[in-house]
Amino acid sequence: MANILAFAEARGGELRKVALEAVTAARTLADATGGGEVHALLVGAPGIAAKAAALGEHGADVVVVVEHPGFERYNPEATAALAAERVRAGAVRAAIFPYSAHGRDLAPRVAAKLGAPIAADVTSIAAQGDALVVTHPGYTGKVIATLKVTGSPVVLSLRAGAVAPEQRPKAGRVETAPPVGDPSASRVVVTELAQGSATKLDLGEAPVIVSGGRGLKAPENFRLVEELAAAFGNAAVGATRAVTDEGWRPHADQIGQTGRWVQPQLYVAVGISGAIQHIAGMRNSRTIVAINKDKEAPIFKVADYGIVGDALEIVPVLTEAVRKAKQGA
Amino acid sequence: MKIAVCIKRVPDMEGRFRIAGDGKSVDETGVKFDMSDFDGYAVEAALQITEKQGGEVVVVAVGPDTVQETLRKALSMGAARAVHLKADAVPPDGLAVARALAAELKDGAFDLVLFGKIALDTSAGVVGPMTAELLDLPCVSAASRLEVASGKGTARRELEGAYEMLAFPLPAVVSIDEGIARPRYPSLKGIMAAKKKPLDVKPAQLGEARIAVEKMALPPERGAGRIVGEGPAAVPELVRLLQTEAKVL
Repeated sequence: MANILAFAEARGGELRKVALEAVTAARTLADATGGGEVHALLVGAPGIAAKAAALGEHGADVVVVVEHPGFERYNPEATAALAAERVRAGAVRAAIFPYSAHGRDLAPRVAAKLGAPIAADVTSIAAQGDALVVTHPGYTGKVIATLKVTGSPVVLSLRAGAVAPEQRPKAGRVETAPPVGDPSASRVVVTELAQGSATKLDLGEAPVIVSGGRGLKAPENFRLVEELAAAFGNAAVGATRAVTDEGWRPHADQIGQTGRWVQPQLYVAVGISGAIQHIAGMRNSRTIVAINKDKEAPIFKVADYGIVGDALEIVPVLTEAVRKAKQGA
Repeated sequence: MKIAVCIKRVPDMEGRFRIAGDGKSVDETGVKFDMSDFDGYAVEAALQITEKQGGEVVVVAVGPDTVQETLRKALSMGAARAVHLKADAVPPDGLAVARALAAELKDGAFDLVLFGKIALDTSAGVVGPMTAELLDLPCVSAASRLEVASGKGTARRELEGAYEMLAFPLPAVVSIDEGIARPRYPSLKGIMAAKKKPLDVKPAQLGEARIAVEKMALPPERGAGRIVGEGPAAVPELVRLLQTEAKVL
């Protein structure tokens, strides 16, 4: 029997999609390794227990709920202590975290507390005898490593979007547990959480990304990119490093080697020449469209479809066409 | 302010990679190496803090003798001294690396230990937070802003579609995201001075590694795309292809 722990990430009292991905991956792994239980760990301010049902629907046998006012915002130290304790108490073989901003912070701390190896940013998980075998894109996505992780327990963090959430209902029995130590006494304190607008899609989760580069010529022309994104209705707006360095867009919007690595269904590159730096961050997108005035630009080598020409002339026409197509759909 | 910055030597990511004959590593023939990008931001952030507040920056790296080149670069940027924790290779098990670093850092009386957010080759980002845990220090990963003064720090971390501000006491471990500072280029004077700065070599106390590389492979190539047309006139055909062929619209 090998139990698998899934960390059910929540923010602002809501489950994040990556929580359901982690539970789905844990269910698959538990079933593949002899049908152990999936323990989902749900940590939050009082009231978070209301979110437990969704975890049961996605395959959690047990949902360990820990409520405390000290978990209103992300509380790295208290959460890490708690996760390590649940791994020890729950006879857990593997703990799966999302490879999200918080998961990247939390998972290695939990692993170090347990003296456990951690494989980060994995895109697949399989059992091989007593070991786990995972795949992980490294070298800015240019090399795929297959890693063998031995020992028990082990900690894994799962790339967002690598596993699609699946409904495989299990009991989802809620077990309420106390925090480990006093969550109000953590040394690292989140003093402010600034949410983007509720309607704004994140680059890591949006099915469509429209990105702009220097070919837009001036910051005010980013309006065209935003309008195209709005026409899709399910799109986030990204940018190149050249543009974020110029201050046209915030650094958080940068897609590339030193920014976000994204893999949407559709990536529309507007006025982007395709520096290797940028391509590292978007080359795994399913379909890539490029609009650029230079037909020799490297972006056309990775794009499925290209239009050569001035982005400022083409984008408004494309926006209108997408709007019509969406209305017809 | 005494600051340690842990840096890694990684291949230049601009080129194409080939898989070595063992099928488990990248062929390093003809590949250039440099300090990992985020580690460069961390070195720059540390230098800016000590330039304002006084103190010194110590750089630390694990690996074979070739990492001394990367340490010298940090010295030429302005770090005061370097420590080379010698190992035949950097193991793929981040915990082993964190153990070696923690053993070196624990008695160093550092106010701040900085890392890059991730190393561009292994792309895991685990060694910083693991080292913090082993040292029982507060940790902020992926800080896009960092301020430290009178024993306290504040930082900003970018989240998916949001950000958060954090407060923490020193000493602490912080890993650095982009947006903090562009690394300076070493000046000629800096390069000359670096040659005389102390670089200690010690064996890395890595311990057991429980992660092994089974295989490395190149991702599937993207098929060659096509130019649909020129100018706004090509839009209808693009939309048709997105609807009927790519089925994303």
